Amino acid sequence: MIEYEGKQLFVKYGIKIPDSMIISRDEYVDPPKPSLNYPLVVKGQYPYGGRGKSGAVKIANNYEEYIEAINSIAHISVGGVKPRYILIEEFVPHEKEYYLSIIMSRKDKKPVILVSKYGGIDVEELAGKPGSLMSLEIDPLIGYSDYHAKMVSKFLLNRLDKELMDMVRRLYRLFIENDVLLVEINPLSINESPIALDSKVMLDDNAYYRHDYTQYIEYSMLASKGEQIARKHGFSFVPLDGDIGVIGNGAGLVMATVDLVNYYGGSPACFLDVGGGASSERIQRAIEVIANELNIRSLLINIFAGITRCDEVARGIVQAKKLLEEMGIKVVVRLVGTNEDLGASILRDAGFKVYKEMDVAAMEAIKNEG
Amino acid sequence: MRDDIPGLLPKNLRLLVQGITGKEGSFHTKMMLDYGTNIVAGVTPGKGGSYIHGVPVYDTIAEAVEESEANSSIIFVPARFAYDAAMEAIYNRLSPIVIITEGIPAHDTVKLVNAAAKYNVRVIGPNTPGLIFPNKYKIGILPDRYFDEGAVAVVSRSGTLTYEISMSMVNRGFGQRIVIGCGGDYIIGTNFIDILEILRRDLETKAIVVIGEIGGDDEERLADYIMHTNYPKPVVAYVAGRSAPPGKRMGHAGAIISGGMGSAESKINKFKEAGVRIAYRPSEVVEKLMEVI
Repeated sequence: MIEYEGKQLFVKYGIKIPDSMIISRDEYVDPPKPSLNYPLVVKGQYPYGGRGKSGAVKIANNYEEYIEAINSIAHISVGGVKPRYILIEEFVPHEKEYYLSIIMSRKDKKPVILVSKYGGIDVEELAGKPGSLMSLEIDPLIGYSDYHAKMVSKFLLNRLDKELMDMVRRLYRLFIENDVLLVEINPLSINESPIALDSKVMLDDNAYYRHDYTQYIEYSMLASKGEQIARKHGFSFVPLDGDIGVIGNGAGLVMATVDLVNYYGGSPACFLDVGGGASSERIQRAIEVIANELNIRSLLINIFAGITRCDEVARGIVQAKKLLEEMGIKVVVRLVGTNEDLGASILRDAGFKVYKEMDVAAMEAIKNEG
Repeated sequence: MRDDIPGLLPKNLRLLVQGITGKEGSFHTKMMLDYGTNIVAGVTPGKGGSYIHGVPVYDTIAEAVEESEANSSIIFVPARFAYDAAMEAIYNRLSPIVIITEGIPAHDTVKLVNAAAKYNVRVIGPNTPGLIFPNKYKIGILPDRYFDEGAVAVVSRSGTLTYEISMSMVNRGFGQRIVIGCGGDYIIGTNFIDILEILRRDLETKAIVVIGEIGGDDEERLADYIMHTNYPKPVVAYVAGRSAPPGKRMGHAGAIISGGMGSAESKINKFKEAGVRIAYRPSEVVEKLMEVI
């Protein structure tokens, strides 16, 4: 979730954020006059971190500076993308910045509340400062108790602050009710009352089925066209920068294949996992997605068939042959497992190169034609 | 050779299959039976009284245990019903419970693994291919012809990559004591350290192959464990995802580098410090094994 999306969720749960407005890309040329009090904080909204260092957060003391900030941030890329939205917030004067988060800890297998008196920096840096970070486990079978909020308040302010305790309570409700993996307020300002100056929310892909996340998420759901198509067909798909497409079955195997292409000096163009038991249609579609969405010179298909059948895979590849030839894409196939001999002969009859060793296939895919 | 591993597998395995009437459950029940797994019962709510490949099906685990004395379970139930299925198995003290299901929300998994810990039940997975005792039995979906019995334990976070590496081992004469998938999810019941701690005392296990991947810090913590407990057996590791970009989920729910954590580099460096031999290609695992055995 992007900052402003997370903050919408905060508002729904009664967690205070600064007075704000959001400007979309179409409005950058002629931004609406803000009905907020200066100074303002102008913040580009990106799906990746690192915007502060890139200069995509600016202070505007008047209308001219506000226009200037928008014009400048509109052109700043972070993680390769320009902001689709810019968030305008009233500046909240504060002397101190705090840190508050709830994370589903992989290590502890429990929700953990993390708090620090030193906000505004990465939590990894905090972890390096002894005594600056407090972590509080929540037993998922018992749940939250106000004891947790009291501990947080004592640790941060050395007193029991009603509003801060209320914020912890609300944050936990948000965490549980939305299948959140991480919710982070960093920095958190506590002058008169606690206000979330930034938001970071990570949702669980596996829990999409039981939530209507779309009421909060627009932009971060809008993946590239290739990603959308892949999602529609149920592939796992991650585009990369190179020119060698990689398709395989099983996440670990595809990761290993992508790594192998790199190892031998090639440059992978994507990670695409067709999953187990793929039909010929599914294989064909996977090839079409890659051929149409990416600019690749060769395609490495690595199948280790357990439930998957090599002859099905081979038929899928043959069905995509015309498209691959038209686009001038070299295809290298590695087939092992159930019905591998049948699969290999189907492919060889259609003029494809088939290999048994993953290493050899990877090297072959990297080689320039000639 | 002992065919139980205390803390992991019972002496007399009597397996129950949850979701036995589904397409996957039924198919793999047949495969497991053919491989020699002692499957004594199946459960699918509403399908009690029927039979699948000769295995009696019950509506509830309580009935199944009463009549068949099942002591362990494998779950093929779809993600949205898997939490209830697992809780039912936990309440009936079945152990281990191997959860094949992919796509269970992390909040559900956290609850069920904490409940399992309270009831002293071992959960393997979710999102795992299960485990195989080569030439004896399997609790899972691993295609058996790529495995053979031997002295190397293989512990992994993935599926097909595990088959790939196991096959290359067998081709070069290295059989497996046991091959076990811990699962590719964000939260898993049994991790690398749990398995290595169990195998520490297993006399049949002479060496261990760890197949890790990006995301989380299970590999880093395993490296610490190996170093600080002077682990008595040689360990070879392969870590997938060296070229994965940060912030992108690489297929598995748990395979994501986030907030600067979980990169392959960090895991490999930690393993090296701990004296673990690193294979940079799947096919290199065998070469590294030859150095230690």
